[in-house]
Amino acid sequence: MEKLVVATASLAGCFGCHMSLLDIDERILDLVEIVDFHKSPINDIKEFTRDCDIGLIEGGCCLDENVHVLKEFRKHCRILVSLGECAIMGGLPAMRNGISVRECLEEAYLNGPSVRNANQAKILPNDEELPVLLNRVYPCHEVVKMDYFLPGCPPDADLIWNALTAILENREMHLPYELFKFD
Amino acid sequence: MANSNNLSFSIDGVTCLAREGSTILDAARKNGVFIPTLCNLEGIPPKGACRVCSVKVNGKLLTACTTRIAQGMEVENDTPGLNNLRKAIVEMLFVEGNHLCPSCEKSGDCELQALAYRYTMTVPRYPYFYPKRAVDASHPKIVKDHNRCILCKRCVRAVKDEKGRSIFVFLNRGFETKIYIDPELAGKLTDELARKAVEVCPVGAIMPRGEGFKTPIGKRKYDKAPIGSDL
Amino acid sequence: MEESISSILEGHHHDPTRLMDILIDVQDETGFIGDQAVAQIADGVGLSVADVEQTRSFYHFFSKKPTGKYAIYLNTSVNACMMGHDAVARTFEVEAGIPCNSVTRDGLIGLFDTSCIGMSDQEPAAIINGKIFPNLTPFRVKELIRDIREGKSVDELVVEGYGDGQNSNSDIRAVVNNNIRKIGPVLNPNYKPGEVIRKKLPEMTPQQVIDEMKRSNIRGRGGAGFPTGMKWEICRQAESDEKYIICNADEGEPGTFKDRVILTERPKLLLEGMVVAAYATGAQKGILYIRHEYKYLKTYLEKLIEGAHKRNLMGRDIAGIKGFDFDVRIQFGAGSYVCGEESALIESAEGKRGEPRDKPPFPVEKGYLDKPTVVNNVETFCSAVKVLLYGAEWYRSFGTTDSTGTKVLSISGDCRYPGIYEVEWGFSVNDICGMAGAEDVMAVQVGGPSGSLVSPSDFDRVLCYADLSTGGSLIIFNHSRDLLQDVVLNFTSFFIEESCGSCSTCRIMPVILRDKLIKILNARGVKQDITDMLSWAEVLKASRCGLGQTAANPIITSIHNFRHLYDQKTRGEARYDTGFDLNKATQEAMMATGKFVMSE
Repeated sequence: MEKLVVATASLAGCFGCHMSLLDIDERILDLVEIVDFHKSPINDIKEFTRDCDIGLIEGGCCLDENVHVLKEFRKHCRILVSLGECAIMGGLPAMRNGISVRECLEEAYLNGPSVRNANQAKILPNDEELPVLLNRVYPCHEVVKMDYFLPGCPPDADLIWNALTAILENREMHLPYELFKFD
Repeated sequence: MANSNNLSFSIDGVTCLAREGSTILDAARKNGVFIPTLCNLEGIPPKGACRVCSVKVNGKLLTACTTRIAQGMEVENDTPGLNNLRKAIVEMLFVEGNHLCPSCEKSGDCELQALAYRYTMTVPRYPYFYPKRAVDASHPKIVKDHNRCILCKRCVRAVKDEKGRSIFVFLNRGFETKIYIDPELAGKLTDELARKAVEVCPVGAIMPRGEGFKTPIGKRKYDKAPIGSDL
Repeated sequence: MEESISSILEGHHHDPTRLMDILIDVQDETGFIGDQAVAQIADGVGLSVADVEQTRSFYHFFSKKPTGKYAIYLNTSVNACMMGHDAVARTFEVEAGIPCNSVTRDGLIGLFDTSCIGMSDQEPAAIINGKIFPNLTPFRVKELIRDIREGKSVDELVVEGYGDGQNSNSDIRAVVNNNIRKIGPVLNPNYKPGEVIRKKLPEMTPQQVIDEMKRSNIRGRGGAGFPTGMKWEICRQAESDEKYIICNADEGEPGTFKDRVILTERPKLLLEGMVVAAYATGAQKGILYIRHEYKYLKTYLEKLIEGAHKRNLMGRDIAGIKGFDFDVRIQFGAGSYVCGEESALIESAEGKRGEPRDKPPFPVEKGYLDKPTVVNNVETFCSAVKVLLYGAEWYRSFGTTDSTGTKVLSISGDCRYPGIYEVEWGFSVNDICGMAGAEDVMAVQVGGPSGSLVSPSDFDRVLCYADLSTGGSLIIFNHSRDLLQDVVLNFTSFFIEESCGSCSTCRIMPVILRDKLIKILNARGVKQDITDMLSWAEVLKASRCGLGQTAANPIITSIHNFRHLYDQKTRGEARYDTGFDLNKATQEAMMATGKFVMSE
């Protein structure tokens, strides 16, 4: 059987979902038997050089760069999975959604206790190279079409394992109650 | 109390008995049948606010918490259509507020979340509103987090002062509706009433000051088995 | 201010069930109901601040902040928009120098939006300090603001002359026109007020009155169509020391204005109908609940009630019938469409938020102050008098077998003769367009926003309870209209504005649907969005009252009957479009960091 190709990305997330993926413990050995990892922080492949079967997305979109990465994944992956609360509903980063971008930036660079006297020139960084904040944090499916959603903060390793194997074996996903959690 | 179950009715084709005057919801529970609820709470007058307990009688949607059983009534409850409706309502409530389960002290004990688990809500079908809402920590005994409020009116109905006056009420209307707390009466809230306000809240919208995350993950109310499993 | 609130409280006997009247008086007298006033009222009636605040904040015409010496409420209904609302609104804003929903810095002028005000046949219209100013144009607006700045009183602002009929009565003096286009048996002026009370009632037992009503097959004229005789009978049979008759004159469905005309031209007929209902049911007290927008009729109607007492048509031992006592008080609303729902109306009349009650119990069993209560529409009471006067047989000779009698229609929109038409049930939509002088008709909204948007292929459908049931609002649209933008979006926004917020379904779903509709209007919609709207709208059926249950009707009926308009907007190839716009999403940060400057 030809191996399926998996890509992963962490957008506005904390890498917790990736950690949880590694929490499948020794089953990772089973996993690499049936999948190859392509673009992913796990192997540090930075560019897509081929199309993939599955893209696992951790985190929502809080920067324009997140949007570009997510769109790249949509272009190159047959199946996209929102992995964890941040990808599904913005998660903790979305706590800023009720606050204006200007206020966020000013708190971070001008008024926050750690920068109050450090930034005398009162500069809000705006170099061309820097990614730009979005007006709010967007769940992935409000930017591109997502095919599956695995909740949790992070999703339980067994839930990820169940879901991945279901996709790989092309059968219906089983989401057992004890593993299906939002926290 | 002989023969007090004097009405016969059916839920999803199964014949049940109920006491005259009982609501569909009470009668169902007494017969071991789960009907989901959010705004209903034993001991306070029903309101029919959340609509999650909607059942069908003669093809008509009715809330089980406010409708009384009649002899021969045929109630539809556990059907794909009704369960989809209930899931849809839960999803609407999730997008209406800011329900950040990972950071909520009520997670694991929250009835809204428990229903989302029970109906396997992976993601709401509707776009999120991300409303701009406040956390009101101005009261001495409770913290009101409007982000998490689902406007079930439990606190409105359950918590009154000794003169029967309201402490929690609805302010505004429609999509602008929110809970308003009487500043003076909230300042004088007894420990007992404060505890009651916290207890009746199905979500984490009214929390006690100075405590949280008391129960470890795995031991919380809905960690192991779905809401309604006790029936 | 404290003193005037004290005397208002005194005037209403510190009665918490009369909180609406107290708040209305405070709003009228001081121009707003601030925290201080709320605290004083709460103290005065023995409620908590929260209790008073929940009622105050529910109603559109109660304001927490001062509304200006001249509070201008400009109607935003579909009819207003069709007849030039936007230009009028812009002129108001430019001339007053403020955006809508604000007050000038000197506190002189307040400018506010408001839902349909019952003037659909003479839009755009505004209410200024309670006085109606219909048929506005940008030119007229300039005059109004100029005159306001010159210090003229609201009465002095009038240059149009007063309207026809009783509108020019010294107790009304309104610039409103009746526009009665067709009179039928119910509105027929050939009627002597008091005749039924004096001549018929003494000869009939209450049961005979009810039997006559039942034989006539008359059904409620508000839209729901419950058999009137049966309603009265259930109330009659209910055991209680007190019963109430309530007249629902809270017509708020956009496009409806017939009750305005009846209240102006046939109020004695209406009051007589309430007395008849009281006789039939054994009620001693009545409430005439009128929408706030018709407050200009207050003095006029109060004097009529006074007159009825003098002529022994109300009060004690009415028409010499021993023990037949009945009195009517007027209750005004304060700007809330949902209060037209009978149980919400009762809540409102009790001084509370207008949230519909769970039913059963129905008002006939447990209504106003938990007493058996009959709530009927203005037109139902008027028809009842004619039923008794000429008999059930006579009444049944009008209309169809299933829908007897006549219906007073409010016709507005794209037609030469907007106004009031009393027709027999069984008129087709085609008949109506012909009657009102409408040409090039693209669609007719039958039954207001909660009804149906009917397309020409269905114009042979007829008005009756079995087919197109309606409270009487018909709005005609010609081919120049953008149905989705101008009609469906406006109606959906109306429901959002007027939801009481109690049911999760009605509070949230219309907003979700409106956003989806806007996505389609912005050319970002895909076919799936149309399918989603239809299936998502299903949850609204689980709402408690008619407002929630029908809140998606503008969208649903327009998709069914005007599908091509949606298809035109979703023509693209895309099967999935989230509507996400990166340029828009980054704009705020670009501006904050100075990366990007908004071009003009």
